Amino acid sequence: MSSTTEPKTALGKAANYIDERLTVGTVLKNFGRKVFPDHWSFMLGEVAMYSFVILIISGTFLTFFFQPSMAHTYYDGSYAPLKGAEMTVAYASSLDISFDIRGGLLMRQIHHWAALVFMAAAGLHMLRVFFTGAFRKPRELNWVVGFLLFILGMAAGFTGYSLPDDLLSGNGLRIIDGMIKGVPVIGPAISSGLFGGEFPGTEVIARLYSLHIMIIPALIIALLAFHLMMVIVHKHTHYPGPGRSDANVVGYPLMPVYVAKAGGFFFLVFGVIAAISATFTINPIWNYGPYDPSPVSAGTQPDWYIGWLDGALRLAPGHLDIAIFGYVIPMGVMLPIIVSLVFLALVAAYPFIEAWVTGDKREHHVLDRPRNAPTRTAIGAAGVVFYAILWAAASTDLIAIFFQMSLNHVLVAMQILLILGPVMAYWITKRTCLALQRKDREIVLHGRETGRVVRLPHGEYIEVHEPVDKYELWKLVDFKDYEPIMPRPNKDGKITIGTKIRAVLSRIYFEDRIAPVSKAEYEIAHADHSPAIEEQPKRKPKALKSKR
Amino acid sequence: MDWFVPSDLRVEIKMESQLNQKPMRRRPWALGVVIFLGLILSGGGYAAATQTYQAEFGSPEQISEGRKLFLANCASCHGTNGEGAIGGPSVIGVGAASVDFQVGTGRMPGQASGPQLYKKPVQFTEEQILAMAAYVASLAPGPAIPAEEFLRTDGDVTHGGELFRINCAMCHNAVGAGGALTEGKFAPGLQGVSEKHIYEAMVTGPQNMPVFSDANLTPEDKKDIISYLKYVEDFESVGGYELGSIGPVAEGLFTWIFGIGFIIAITVWLGAKAN
Repeated sequence: MSSTTEPKTALGKAANYIDERLTVGTVLKNFGRKVFPDHWSFMLGEVAMYSFVILIISGTFLTFFFQPSMAHTYYDGSYAPLKGAEMTVAYASSLDISFDIRGGLLMRQIHHWAALVFMAAAGLHMLRVFFTGAFRKPRELNWVVGFLLFILGMAAGFTGYSLPDDLLSGNGLRIIDGMIKGVPVIGPAISSGLFGGEFPGTEVIARLYSLHIMIIPALIIALLAFHLMMVIVHKHTHYPGPGRSDANVVGYPLMPVYVAKAGGFFFLVFGVIAAISATFTINPIWNYGPYDPSPVSAGTQPDWYIGWLDGALRLAPGHLDIAIFGYVIPMGVMLPIIVSLVFLALVAAYPFIEAWVTGDKREHHVLDRPRNAPTRTAIGAAGVVFYAILWAAASTDLIAIFFQMSLNHVLVAMQILLILGPVMAYWITKRTCLALQRKDREIVLHGRETGRVVRLPHGEYIEVHEPVDKYELWKLVDFKDYEPIMPRPNKDGKITIGTKIRAVLSRIYFEDRIAPVSKAEYEIAHADHSPAIEEQPKRKPKALKSKR
Repeated sequence: MDWFVPSDLRVEIKMESQLNQKPMRRRPWALGVVIFLGLILSGGGYAAATQTYQAEFGSPEQISEGRKLFLANCASCHGTNGEGAIGGPSVIGVGAASVDFQVGTGRMPGQASGPQLYKKPVQFTEEQILAMAAYVASLAPGPAIPAEEFLRTDGDVTHGGELFRINCAMCHNAVGAGGALTEGKFAPGLQGVSEKHIYEAMVTGPQNMPVFSDANLTPEDKKDIISYLKYVEDFESVGGYELGSIGPVAEGLFTWIFGIGFIIAITVWLGAKAN
């Protein structure tokens, strides 16, 4: 990397000095040439990452003032309705951050709003990856890493939510304690270990603090680095379009376009979160009062990303307990735990399940349009509805009061919807995808209906169809076709049960599939058309483009 | 250990323990006499106390005016003598406070039957409400409309807040934003409810609310609770808009609709510029 001309300016000399010793020039040059495609949905993960950076910055500020101690004290700060109240040092220091430390409340609110945005952006990013099939080979492992990041995010959120030791978070911790204790045989011992004795004890805040500021963030940072490294290694995916294939990435280089964009984008996200934090209260801990195991306030809910677990607890029927040898297994607790763990396991394992069912071992760098993978899209929609119902069920009380309904009716309706909703979502989504695919076929084979009816010389009336331009055509036909896997005997001549299950799942997965238009079909469809019928588009069909 | 037993019952317990020892100088009928005297003293004393509290309330004219209003507006459900009828409970002994609360907040006359009556615009003047309260109070003694001294908001807000979280927050939410109960019943929000009505609700236990008698929460305690509620109501939020003070659900919805909505708008804008 020696240059023929020596740098003359001070800056140039400094840059040269560093480059000669660290060869950053090479790294920057290679890294700067990484190409990233342009689409708004590719920035959702970025939003999550920026929120995480904001969380670290604001969280560091908070650690300077927060004291994770459950020692008793009497409040002597600015908030009158708690003056002289007995509370833990943790709660008192959280109140001091809110009322007596300059900028403390803003930082607390930034930290909390950023956490909510972080999880929301991460969730949306996961949905984008799922619905576009970006988790397919070679990115299955990165899906798992992303999934772990989401779980760690939930853990970080929950441990942080519990730290101020106010009544609301104490209630949440009590619910977790109850869930742990509900696990047969080992539950009470785990709870006693976590809380250092009987709930609430005097240990848990300090332990949650270690988890919240050290262990969980360290794991998140490590996995995030791994996550991003894999993005570099795999290169970014792109949507189907002209010139885009599994062998290339169409977009702009990192330097200078994306560095500028991403830098600016970070500040935009920071700005939005700061603006919200400066104008809207979040978690007003002074309202809830110090934690005391006896009172429970109405409207006790966790933050949104834990909500679906709370909803699962609320929806579980309370009369299914089983007694084995005198030991009661509380199904009201076990059922939500089992259901949520199975749901999470399915989410984590989905890329492997789909690859097994479809037999797809190819590498994919061009994304699927959701309609072109109807069954996957339908499964995703069913999962979203399942999650959303559990999530909504965490606010049954608020739904009841705001819509003036009976709490009991809302609960029963949610229980029914939890079973029925995903089935309906699956069916509706799959049919919608198939209909959209048929429409795409129509457009490719016969063009857009123009609404212009023409009378031919021999008296026949026809409607003029406008063929799509070749850019649009690329998007519409560029997807791969698969076929269900047939159960075939292995080398011993036997069809194993595993093979049979796979064949059944594969048949369900590919049921009613619609193949992309082949070249032969396209040529046949356009062969008998006279120029009068098929007129070339004079302009780009904008209406069609914007539809996507 | 029996400090929580009401005074008139305490006599009985004591007597029973003494009976077990069977001291010779006590005859079996003595138990009856002591119970009788005990009941007369405590019950009569309680009645006397409430009655003196009630005695000054309502002139005969006011009571007769109240009776007319009662017959015209309430009797179809509560009976012509307040004894109760189909659709309405007896109002004998509910006291002036109950009338003042139910009619004064517009819950009565009830608009429609249901799990719980809703607030609506007040149907009567203050004078008319007091007349009806005087009439109902004249039927049998009951909780009176509270004296001014307990309605001031200069009580101990810290103590009031603690009492509120222990006794009230499980239904009314930690800052009195309200909450749901079973089968369509609910604990209403407490913002904007007058001091007098809060006090009356505590002593009368309207609709699905339990009664917080003076033995449970002293008038001083009630004053502290009212002071706390009024403090919270007037407290200018330090963190910005409060999103209804209903906790994390509102915060989550806000994040998804406005926070993420705005950020997605930015991503679309950034994505579109390059095309």
